Amino acid sequence: MKAFDYQRASSPTHAAAASAKPGARIIAGGTNLLDLMKLQVETPEHLVDINRLPLDKIEETPDGGLRVGAMVRNSDLAADPRVRQHYGVLSRALLAGASAQLRNKATTGGNLLQRTRCYYFYDVTKPCNKREPGSGCSALAGFNRIHAILGASDHCIATHPSDMAVAMRALDATVETVDANGATRDIPIATFHRLPGDTPQIETTLRAGEMITAVTLPPPPPGVQIYRKVRDRASYAFALVSVAAIVDAAGGHIRSARLAFGGLAHKPWRVPAAEQSLADSPANATTFDAASTAVLDRARGYGSNDFKIPLTRRTIHAVLTQATRA
Amino acid sequence: MDENEDTSFQVTRRAMLETATAAAVLTGLPPLARAAGLPDAHTPPAPVRVDLQINGHAQVLTLDPRTTLLDALREHLALTGSKKGCDHGQCGACTVLLDGRRINACLTLAVMHDGQAITTVEGLAGGGSLSPLQAAFVEHDGFQCGYCTSGQLCSATGMLNESRTGMPSYVTEDLTQAHPELTDVEIRERMSGNICRCAAYPNIVAAIRQAAGTPA
Repeated sequence: MKAFDYQRASSPTHAAAASAKPGARIIAGGTNLLDLMKLQVETPEHLVDINRLPLDKIEETPDGGLRVGAMVRNSDLAADPRVRQHYGVLSRALLAGASAQLRNKATTGGNLLQRTRCYYFYDVTKPCNKREPGSGCSALAGFNRIHAILGASDHCIATHPSDMAVAMRALDATVETVDANGATRDIPIATFHRLPGDTPQIETTLRAGEMITAVTLPPPPPGVQIYRKVRDRASYAFALVSVAAIVDAAGGHIRSARLAFGGLAHKPWRVPAAEQSLADSPANATTFDAASTAVLDRARGYGSNDFKIPLTRRTIHAVLTQATRA
Repeated sequence: MDENEDTSFQVTRRAMLETATAAAVLTGLPPLARAAGLPDAHTPPAPVRVDLQINGHAQVLTLDPRTTLLDALREHLALTGSKKGCDHGQCGACTVLLDGRRINACLTLAVMHDGQAITTVEGLAGGGSLSPLQAAFVEHDGFQCGYCTSGQLCSATGMLNESRTGMPSYVTEDLTQAHPELTDVEIRERMSGNICRCAAYPNIVAAIRQAAGTPA
């Protein structure tokens, strides 16, 4: 690890101010950041520890939703009775991620900000536009089994590794932030993560010196909630494809459906056209096919990840079949 | 912050100010651990004082802030029960309990845990007798080479606590169930953060299953 100085933030505003310094990083659970620091993928000069900040509450909002503090640990969020009861897709997605040890450390805010698991991002001896802008993308013509099939660019085909964020995308969560002046901002999760474009090193719409303080969930939507994760082993692995589904159906008829995807893109992925095609439709293979086609309309494989296209189609079928089972 | 943290905070702050040069100023933030001057590859950062409760004993350490909790335990306190396997949070050999909850000691900094309580495998047995879980591992031969065992023991201890408080897992069919039953499938899923290269898994599961039936 490169040398850094360590300081403990005394308030969210102070943390935001300290994080605005060049070379500064906020550390929460640290399970991703320290891993990257050991490999010198991340080399912060200043580490701002926010573990003592009082951002670890889960509170009910006046409109019937939940406000989750940025420092709520993934395990605590997954185990919260209100989340288990009303936001099962989120609880299930959290429990699908990492290991119990990591979930006890990892935080709500940190999970949103975790970096890609692209092998070349981790390997400092290889070109990577995300780690070293302008150096090239090794994954384009390299080993890209875990890489994106949607929304990628010639500069980067990395995926976002979070399960939690995929469920939050399906739930239309809002990310709350504070800056050094104490000004707050609400960022819809749909616009929180960015596509790589020609600046894959910029992964979110957070500004310099802006810190996540909470994630707010709207009141639970009607319907069945499912999180299905397809991966190379049954537990403790990142998603090849994951689907967070919220489907309101009865008697073989779909009233409305939301589908968010992990493992496919640089951000949690949703396709409005696919959801529109499912709305007010019979729950059958033709309907599921149409939705799959809409999701995969612009999908592109890069060789080793070509399999993700049919895998996604089959996973959509499986999830919708499960969700609409009478 | 409680009073203990306040105390250690002041001590650390004083120690730091004694060694700091004029360069270390950050407006608006407590200079808890400012290094003397800007850090670079050749100048180690100034050490910081870290107070930890390890297996019930107060320990005061002076550490490079880069020191992971695992290295603090192994290299500074000679508690070598916690093992360094991958050092990247993938194998679970370094698992310890932080305020009773299992974590990977390799993926956290000791300084982040100032004032907190850590239990390592050395602290699981009490009064000269093994914990029920340790005894079950012996009885069921829940190991072969033993390198992962301390992590398995700490992890399973934390897992049984989680289970008693009703924590669900990915394989729990009904998330709204207050206390999911600890079946073998549940045990395997909940222990997936601990790898055993010798593949002693059947016996590890058997040992945990037995301990789960033992009153805490």
